[in-house]
Amino acid sequence: MADNTTPAIELRGLCKRYGSGDTAVDALKGVDMRIAPGEVVGLVGPSGSGKSTLLKCLGAVIDPTAGQMFLGGEAIFDGVWKVKDLRTLRRDRIGFVFQAPYLIPFLDVTDNVALLPMLAGKSNKEARRRALELLEALDVAHRAKSNPALLSGGEQQRVSIARALANNPPVILADEPTAPLDGERALAVVKILNDMAQQHQTAIIVVTHDEKIIPTFKRLYHIRDGKTYEESVGK
Amino acid sequence: MISLAARDIAHSWSKYVLTGIGLGLLIGVTLSMAGIFRGMVDDAQVLLRNSQADVWVVQKDTQGPYAESSSLPDDVYRCILGMPGVQQAANVTYFTMQVQHQGKDTRVMVVGFGSGQPGAPPSLIAGRHVTRSHYEAVADVKAGFKLGEKIRIRRNEYTIVGLSQRTVSSGGDPMVFIPLADAQAAQFQKDNDAIVSGRERTAANPAFNRPNVPGLLEAVQMSQTTSHNVNAVLVQVRAGWDATQLAADIQRWKHLQAYTYADMEEISVKKLIATSAKQIGLFLVILTIVSTAIVSFIIYTMTLGKIREIAVLKLIGTRNSTISWMILQESLGLGLVGFIIGKTVATLWAPVFPKYVLLLPLDAVLGLLVIVVVCTLASVMAIRAALKVDPAEAIGG
Repeated sequence: MADNTTPAIELRGLCKRYGSGDTAVDALKGVDMRIAPGEVVGLVGPSGSGKSTLLKCLGAVIDPTAGQMFLGGEAIFDGVWKVKDLRTLRRDRIGFVFQAPYLIPFLDVTDNVALLPMLAGKSNKEARRRALELLEALDVAHRAKSNPALLSGGEQQRVSIARALANNPPVILADEPTAPLDGERALAVVKILNDMAQQHQTAIIVVTHDEKIIPTFKRLYHIRDGKTYEESVGK
Repeated sequence: MISLAARDIAHSWSKYVLTGIGLGLLIGVTLSMAGIFRGMVDDAQVLLRNSQADVWVVQKDTQGPYAESSSLPDDVYRCILGMPGVQQAANVTYFTMQVQHQGKDTRVMVVGFGSGQPGAPPSLIAGRHVTRSHYEAVADVKAGFKLGEKIRIRRNEYTIVGLSQRTVSSGGDPMVFIPLADAQAAQFQKDNDAIVSGRERTAANPAFNRPNVPGLLEAVQMSQTTSHNVNAVLVQVRAGWDATQLAADIQRWKHLQAYTYADMEEISVKKLIATSAKQIGLFLVILTIVSTAIVSFIIYTMTLGKIREIAVLKLIGTRNSTISWMILQESLGLGLVGFIIGKTVATLWAPVFPKYVLLLPLDAVLGLLVIVVVCTLASVMAIRAALKVDPAEAIGG
């Protein structure tokens, strides 16, 4: 990592222990990570290595046991959460892209994206305008009024990326976003993520098993037995 | 902010409407049960209103003539007419019987009344009032008779000369009004064999069949075959006089039982139909519990079907209150759909019931309020399930 700017996200010695006593399991054993704004990094590792636990800690849906977590230079975890409202933190400062798009089936494409700005207090009109901008940027604006179930897998994933970007968060967590896609579409999604990271200066962490997309990352974190090892792919 | 509940309902409206129809039929049954109870109360009240009386004078220590049997000599009314404050007093008889009409049995209440006096049928919807002393009748339309048709009561046939409406007994049986003398004869009339055997029994009694007292036996036998009793005397009070005071005076000085309108309403509504009211009340409670259980189950199942979406909503920062409100709105929406369907079907099938079903707007409003409470309670289980959903479930692994 050769960047002197304030990192979008930084982890120092992050630990997570499940259970206690003899049955305790250390899923994360001091994870260090530093990702700059606009950077897309891969996170790879075998099953049970702690990828999902790390993602859940980063997404503020489970509590780390120890360590520090910084978002845009601000300490959000230092042994305890430093922000009172984790729901607001997730809504405004962290975007999520899932393995399956998990779009809300009863909302149309526009409202799936506009929901986040609406939850953040934006007016319906303003939220929908933001959603349409993103859908246009991701080339799915022609499906704006469609039901998500009528979209192809690639289109659905692009809509979920638009949703992740809706509140312009500094960090996006992508959990195997190319898993259900074929090679060409998977690479297209990674390109979109890279473009969006550049355009919005968003740091994106992509958890993946997908051998096709691993070479596209400039930096890669390997996670094994609860610890991360950085690898510069250099592409 | 968009309404998540409205969007969810619009997305799966067919499932929602079908469920609403099922619930609506249940609500329709519940509203009909309430209507049947109201109908019973109204039947009891309309009977009192149609009597046009302020005070009912009946046999001492009875609650007649509707709740218990009562028998009075038919000249009692003369003593009552002489009392201060009495505008009018008239004899009346009531008895229930099966009559034949077009080959079918119809249960009716036969009323014997004096023309133009309390107890006479109120305004008619067809024909005229009874003007002859015998063998003419006015029938409630519910009995099914038409003008000019004959109705057989005991041994005699009566011509229907008028038709009335909503003139029913407290049990909902249509009334047939006939002249008082005919009703007295019909009420206590014995069959021929009973008369013959009664005459023989009297003739065999030396006390009534004395050789040196001519005419005694015939007089005794005549008194045994004619009736001079009625069931009640209906009294109208003069303007400015107190019915309660008059009833007390009759009880004190004439040694009879006298009830005011309020007393009679108490007997007819609270005592006479008390068991039926409890029965229907219990049924309504059971139906309400069943409805609550059904709505709970439906909303809970619908919520479980959205667990992944709820996890995603929570992960992206949706407030618990927003998710709870969505579930509550869907539950209330289901209740509203059910209520509209229930009220419609209850209104449509009410006339088909053999007894009067009175659907009061107040009951509909109360029903709607109960549905709001029921749906709110029913959504609690689903809301608890939704609030327990961990947003981490949206993240794989």
